[in-house]
Amino acid sequence: MLTFSLSRYSLVACLAAATVACGGGSAPQNAGAGGTAAPASGTVIRITGSDTMVNLVQAWAENYRKKRPDVSVQVAGGGSGVGIAGLIDGILDLAAASREMEPKEIDRAAQKNGHKPIEFSVALDALSVYVHKDNPIATIALEDLAEIYGDKGATDKWSQLGIKNAACTSDTIVRVGRQNSSGTYVYFREAVLGTKREYKLGSIDQSGSKDVVALVGRTPCAVGYSGMAYITPEVKALKLSKKKGETPVGPSSETAMNKTYPLARELYFYSPGEPKPHVKEFLDWVLSPEGQKIVTDVGFVPIKGSSS
Amino acid sequence: MEQRAARRLARASESLVEWTIRLCGWSAIFFVFSILFFVVREAAPALREGLRLREFFTSANWRPDSTIQPQFGIVALFLGTVSVTALAMVIAVPAGLGAAIFVSEYSGAKTRETLKIVIELLAAIPSVVWGFVGAAVLNPIITQVTGAPIGINILNGGIILALMSVPIIMSVGEDAFRAVPDTYREAAVALGASRWQIVYKVLLPAAKNGLLAAVLLGVGRAVGETMAVLMATGHSVAIPHSILDPVRTLTATIAAELGETVEGGLHYRVLFVIGSLLMLITLVVNLTADLVVKGIRGRQNV
Repeated sequence: MLTFSLSRYSLVACLAAATVACGGGSAPQNAGAGGTAAPASGTVIRITGSDTMVNLVQAWAENYRKKRPDVSVQVAGGGSGVGIAGLIDGILDLAAASREMEPKEIDRAAQKNGHKPIEFSVALDALSVYVHKDNPIATIALEDLAEIYGDKGATDKWSQLGIKNAACTSDTIVRVGRQNSSGTYVYFREAVLGTKREYKLGSIDQSGSKDVVALVGRTPCAVGYSGMAYITPEVKALKLSKKKGETPVGPSSETAMNKTYPLARELYFYSPGEPKPHVKEFLDWVLSPEGQKIVTDVGFVPIKGSSS
Repeated sequence: MEQRAARRLARASESLVEWTIRLCGWSAIFFVFSILFFVVREAAPALREGLRLREFFTSANWRPDSTIQPQFGIVALFLGTVSVTALAMVIAVPAGLGAAIFVSEYSGAKTRETLKIVIELLAAIPSVVWGFVGAAVLNPIITQVTGAPIGINILNGGIILALMSVPIIMSVGEDAFRAVPDTYREAAVALGASRWQIVYKVLLPAAKNGLLAAVLLGVGRAVGETMAVLMATGHSVAIPHSILDPVRTLTATIAAELGETVEGGLHYRVLFVIGSLLMLITLVVNLTADLVVKGIRGRQNV
């Protein structure tokens, strides 16, 4: 019997091998076709990175197609870390990032590509802290957030914050976070925990900004962080104060622009060096009033002074 | 003359077919070894580049990208894989073997065909869909029924993995039962055995090897599954204390983190070390199965 099942498996393996062989055979052909096509038109812009920005970049790509049908903008997510890794490996035209590149990463990119990456700030976000809509909490101080999310932090019950979260019978705070490839994950750590503190292990790490909000919306015990554009009717965004006792500020385009919201941040594109002409043209369009209007439509905040 | 030419042609095509399938057989071995080679080649430099093996095997702290002090401890991830797989097998082995017994011994021809088609349909569902079912459908049900703070946890992942393994266990198990010669059944009936006595006393011992293979294939499916557990277990680095705790598995960690690593960096290498470890686990499981099966055979022959 064992031999029977094994032979069945070797058949599967054989089929798989054939598929692999096919894939291997056709891949170079595709690459060859792309290689010959690209210099002729020179019109592909490959953007990968931030999941927070993926809807925004997609909207830019779609609208840019209407304007310049000859330029194809290819968008992929995966997280800012994925974009930055791709930038260092030299396979992208632009990396989308919801955090700044670290000095170490800039050095590595400079080493590999011969020149330093160039940063373009393309939109603003008020990184929001979400809870379930039935949770009575309305405001929270960054120190309290640090005790919830930070390593050796003491807060793991809603009652410790003085909150009676009736829908959450176990009273446990379920921490929802992002995977470590996420720029939002890195930004939140630096902004809330500081550069010297790790995350408390055991958070529920989601792969996407949208997933965080969806999970919080289904979980009365949960708290999570995600971009402001991802808000849904199932969750509410908390007002934040830098310190206990200070006036809490809610996430909005106004508070993001005047930086009174504690987690207001910029969203970036990184180019591996001086951008090629067609990429430069795209970047100019992104920063134009037309491009910045799309930022508002998606739910983020346009860059100040972009009206010029 | 013509006849001879036809015969020669038949012989030529025969040997062509033979060589094609021979190539298929050998290519499987070739691919296994080349995968092994590449994974180990990517993993090996980690030992030189500062992976502390003691921390790797004894620490539960997995902070690969820390700017303060990267930590590569896989205890929590390993326990995640073990706990989810174990729970899945606790559910799937009785269910799968039960289904196999029913389909091969109890049901009529019509029910058998319908059941087989439906259960094998389960195997055709992509794992990302299973993951979605876990995250979106099972999650709120588990929260409501158990009162757990969150429904994506070991229980959720275990149920999803069990549902994914049942078709394999059932279909290989059923083959095992059907391979038992009918003379065994006839002899048992002649002795006045009831249906269940036939299954329990005659078929189970006779089909032992095939059933073990069925179970181990199920285990292999569960250990290696990635996407579904990534979505259904909560993806949370923590040593579990109950089946209602969220965990993260070794496979899900590789899937989630490989994309962001820079080729050749320590994090990248360590993920390949985990990959090698997973292959080692599978190898040990398969080898044990082989030895156990051989042992059983040896004793039977005596």
